[in-house]
This record gives sequence, C-alpha cells and structure tokens, in this order.
Amino acid sequence: MAKELLKGNIAFAEAAVRAGVDAYFGYPITPQTEALEYLSDRMPGLGRAFVQAESELGAINMVYGAACTGRRAMTSSSSPGVSLMMEGLSYIAGTEVPMVIVDVMRGGPGLGNIAPAQSDYNHMIHGGGHGDYYPIVLAPANIQETIDLTYEAFELAEKYRSIVVILIDGSIGQMMEPAELPPMKPRKKQFPEWATDGCEGRPARFLSSIALDPPIQEVTNLRILKRWNKVRDNEVRYKTYYMDDARYAVVGFGTAGRISLSAVRAARAEGIPIGLVRPISLHPFPEQILDDLSKELDGMLVVEMNNGQMLNDVRVHTKDRLPISFLGRPGGMLPMEEDIHEAIKRLVEDPPPIGSDPRDRWFAEICKEKGL
Amino acid sequence: METTRTKNEKIVYQRPASFRPAPTHYCPGCTHGIAHRLIAEVVDEMGIREKTIGVASVGCSAFTYLYFNFDFTQAPHGRAPAMATGIKRTLPDKIVITYQGDGDLASIGMGEIAAAAARGENISVFFLNNAIYGMTGGQMAPTTLPGQKTSSSPHGRDVEAAGYPIRTSEMLATLDGAGYVVRRSLHSPKEIRRTKKAIRMAFETQLRGLGFSMVEMLSSCPTNWGEQPADAMEWIKDNMVPYYPIGDFKVHPALANIK
Amino acid sequence: MPSKGRIEVSDFYCKGCGLCVNFCPKQVIRLAPDRLNPKGYHPAEQFQEGCIACGTCALVCPDAAITVYRFAKQPVAAGA
Repeated sequence: MAKELLKGNIAFAEAAVRAGVDAYFGYPITPQTEALEYLSDRMPGLGRAFVQAESELGAINMVYGAACTGRRAMTSSSSPGVSLMMEGLSYIAGTEVPMVIVDVMRGGPGLGNIAPAQSDYNHMIHGGGHGDYYPIVLAPANIQETIDLTYEAFELAEKYRSIVVILIDGSIGQMMEPAELPPMKPRKKQFPEWATDGCEGRPARFLSSIALDPPIQEVTNLRILKRWNKVRDNEVRYKTYYMDDARYAVVGFGTAGRISLSAVRAARAEGIPIGLVRPISLHPFPEQILDDLSKELDGMLVVEMNNGQMLNDVRVHTKDRLPISFLGRPGGMLPMEEDIHEAIKRLVEDPPPIGSDPRDRWFAEICKEKGL
Repeated sequence: METTRTKNEKIVYQRPASFRPAPTHYCPGCTHGIAHRLIAEVVDEMGIREKTIGVASVGCSAFTYLYFNFDFTQAPHGRAPAMATGIKRTLPDKIVITYQGDGDLASIGMGEIAAAAARGENISVFFLNNAIYGMTGGQMAPTTLPGQKTSSSPHGRDVEAAGYPIRTSEMLATLDGAGYVVRRSLHSPKEIRRTKKAIRMAFETQLRGLGFSMVEMLSSCPTNWGEQPADAMEWIKDNMVPYYPIGDFKVHPALANIK
Repeated sequence: MPSKGRIEVSDFYCKGCGLCVNFCPKQVIRLAPDRLNPKGYHPAEQFQEGCIACGTCALVCPDAAITVYRFAKQPVAAGA
C-alpha cells in the first residue's frame, strides 16, 4: 500500500478500524478529539458501534460492557480523561477481559494544558486503578509505529486477556507524517468461551470482578500475575541505535526518544561514542537490555517529558552500576535537541556520582534558569 | 422446584425457570426478591431468556448475576447504564437490562442514567427505590424522605443541609429519548401485579426499539428501616407513595395498543 | 368454604418473612411455630383447609418459595 500523509489521531483510529475494532466509545478531549470525530463517521459507516459518551467515565464503562461480550472494544482519551477511566480499567483488569486504550498525554497535573507530555507513565504502569494489575503499555515514537502497534493491539489484548495501552503524547496525536495503513482485517467470527453475549444454546455465564471470599480473590490475583509473567517473558520491545560502539546511552521513549536520536547523531558527529535505547514496551519494561548495558557503559542520560518517571525504572534495572543523569521537561514542554546535546556532553565530561539522584544537577540548573 | 402435584391438581404458580435454584442473600421480606421473581417470570413468559443480557450494579443487588439464569455482567457503582449501552450497541439484537438500587442509579450513577435516557438507549432499567442505602448499612440515599432517620442522617433528613429527595422517574421522563418511564410499587398484591405488567411493557418497549425504558419500583428495606417485613410494606404505602406517586410519566404512543 | 387448592412452601428457600401470612386472604398460612429450617427461620406452612388457590402468597413471596396447586373439579356423580 502507498504511504499517505496522516495525522496521528486519525492514523490510530483508522488502524483500529482495520484491525477489526467492533466498538469505539469516547469523549472529546484535546489533543485526541480528532480520533473521536473521525470515528463518529467511520464506525457507523461500517455498521459498527460508536457512541460519544457523556464523559470518560461513561466511555470506559461502555468499553467494559462491550469487552464482556468478547467483541473488540476501545477508547481513547488524554491525561485528565484517563484519570476518570482508572476505575473502569481496574474493573476491566479484575474481570480479565481484553480491551485497547490510547492515551494521548498532555501537561498536568490537573487540567494542565493541551501541550504534549509524558507524565502518565506512572499512572499507566505503576498506579492508576486500584489493585494489582498489569496493563501492556506500548510507546510508539512516530506515526507508522503508532499505526503498527494499534493494529496489533487487539490480538495482543486477546492473547493475554489484557488491557493494552498505546501511550503517545499530544505531538504524535497532532502531527502529520507519511505512513502506510495496513489492510482491513476480516471481522471476528469466533468468540471466547467466557463471553456474555446471550446464552442461546449454552448455559448462562456471568462476568464479575467481585470475589468476596479472600482465598478466591487471592487466586484471581495470582492468576493475573501468572499471565503477566508470560507477557513479561514474551512481549518486551525496544529499539537501539548506534549501540555497537557506544560507551554511553541516552534512554528515552516516544517523542523524547525521537528528539534524543537527533541529539545522539549530533554528539556522534563530534566524536562522542553514544547511542540511544528507545523502549517501545514500557510495560513489560526492557529490563534485560538495561541490566546488560549497565555493566558495560560509562554513563546513561534519561530524557523524559516529565519530572522523572521512567527514570526510576531505569535506576532499578541498572542497579547503581553507572552514572545516570536526567533531562526532564515537564508541564507540556518539549526537550530541545541542543539541550539534550549539552546534557550528553556534560555526562561525558563530568559524570554525576554513581548512586546520586540523577535529578539533582538537572533540577538545580533548571530552577536557576527559571528563577525558582 | 420439585412438585408433588397429583393428577387431580393443576399448578397455579411455581418458581420461574429464569430464577436460578439458589437461595438469595436478601433479607427476609426484602422486595428485591419480589422484583427478581417478576423479572424472571416475564422473561420466561416472553421466551427471551437466551437473548437477554443483564448488568448488575453495586448495592444489595450486586450479586444479581447469581440469581438469574441468563448471561450477566457486573458494573462499577452507578455505571450499569453505560455498560448496558456498550453491550446493546455492540449486540443490538440482544435484550439488555440493568438492575439498580437508588444509590447506584440516583446518586453516583445519575450522570450515566440521564445520558442513557437522553440518548434513547434501547435498554430496560429496573430501579429499586427503597429510600435508603441497604448494603452499606442504612445511610441516607438521594431518595431518603425529609425527616427520615438513617445512619448518616441520625436526626432525620434535614432539607436545609441535605436537600430534597429526587423523583427520578419524573426527571427522566422529560427526556425525548425516554420511551417508557413509570413508577410502580411492590407493597401489596395489587401493586405487585401492576408492576409485573410494567416490567413486561419495558421489555416490549425495547423489543420495538422505542427508546429508553425504566420501571421504578417503590421497595422496602425492613432491616435498615427497623420494620417487620409486613409493616415495611405499610411504610411504603404510608410514606413513600405520597412523595413518589405511582404512575406513568412517559409512554410512547406505539405502546398504547399492547394488551 | 371448601378448599380449592393447597400450597407447598419450600424449606430450602423460605426465610420466614411472613408476607404470605400477612396477605393470604383466607388466613390459612402461618409460620411453623414448632420447627426451624436449616437457615434457622420458622418457615411458612399451610396449617388449615380453605386455600382458594388465589396465588397471592406466591405473588408476594420474595423467595419464590411457594408452589400453588388447584384441585381439579370433581366429576358430579350421576343421580346426585
């Protein structure tokens, strides 16, 4: 198929359509509303379900209902809206039904702004809904990746009876790039043996996240963890650039990773032996590669559009074996290539003490700059 | 249930097939049981068991899915109309119902029920109004009457501080998407019979695609009201019916010809 | 009035709530004073003749514990 110029929000919406999504329920929120608008015509046009819900709370529960019928259901939102969905995500996880959600992150906390950010990392991976549950979280860095990962998301969700999160930021949602859309998949004809879609010709079923008896709830939790361990062992994804001869690495996901690539190239042109590790699956986190690299490299720079969230996971898996510094742009700011390049130079020329908080130097400097 | 019918006897009434052979956890005399039974009877009489999907809510009726012999899901508190929307839009040929109490529907779930009614979702909502929060131990509900003592309004509901009860049926009936919105009661044999007819009409509304249907049923909570079951029925009649009139608030014209 | 039918109350479901006792128009139901069901309730029981098989008890029973039977009409003997 030929490449087309596509806006990120439209791209993931159409990718979901081609992946066979049966139902989309959403609510307007900048910077992802184009997906809702696009699907408000596309889905009914194909005879599939679409509702603009009364709120994100309504939307996630509509997805929950549809997911219980064994059909492919999804929603999309942005950070404040995703907060409203956290209750629903916990219930969906507790009921062990699959679904897909796209979070187009924006500056926060609170209402914040509509500029791109990466501050939902903890929200999606380490916090969010209550209870022990483990969504698969994928972070594309460009529109083609967004399409490809969304296209794959439903099968991945169904394979593991899991929530799959496509975690992008407002700039990916809004930008336009040439990309190729995949072919339209045929609609599902077989549905899971747990689906509550009407008990014709079979005993009645029910789906519930309630397990009043603690021993039963314990087993549910363990079963969910067991399934997660399979995901962890099989679904790690990341990309490395120029790591063959590197003594240093920048670690960044999504747009931060993409901008970092330009900075890495600029640094390499000056002779600095540095590469980039760009996690694509944030959950399961690419623990092994970071663990391996931490034994070989002389330093790492973590670049994120937040106050340092993935940073903590990088520290955990590099086990304080090497100097780590940090460059963060919270609140909807984008890290600039020149600033990342500067930070790379500082890491190489004057690495921070091993085991110190990577935020220290960055924070002192950025506060000085902002007059704080 | 097993029957000891002899050949000289006809069975006038027996437990409906869609009501599973499981004892319920509801308190003795709780009208939830009556409502469950009526819904099961209607589902059986209309022959729609295999295409009905229910959405249970949160409250005493959280375990509704254990009692009906058709597919059920269980929603977070207040969200059943949204879950039902998701199911009905995905599987429009199925009959989708919700079963909710007054805290679930008229407090935390007010947004979801109003939106579902406004959208004219072809779902049928069975709303048990007993003027109190049962499951959590008898707190004030949005339907608690002025002056009524509950565990969170120990001196009686003070309308200055806590506002007035909500007449949900009247409110939802103002929405054009509503096709059949009525209030009935479960406090006497006559009213129970009328309620059963209304339950049937709600299903007929859905089968004909005439919009949102809801039967609000005035119900009792003997335990939290501190009344014996039969006295609780009287309490409904004496205290709730005057505030929540039994009646039809929205009836789609196309329903006029049914029975 | 002669009996037109009878009821059977299931000990398995009955919670002794007394609604059937309260609403029976012929007062033929009581809560058994001398026994308990496995849940510890005094279950309802028909304790005298006179049931008219109206079904009111079953109508008000929250636990669908009651089965109502109507006797078939007896054929009238020739010459009676």
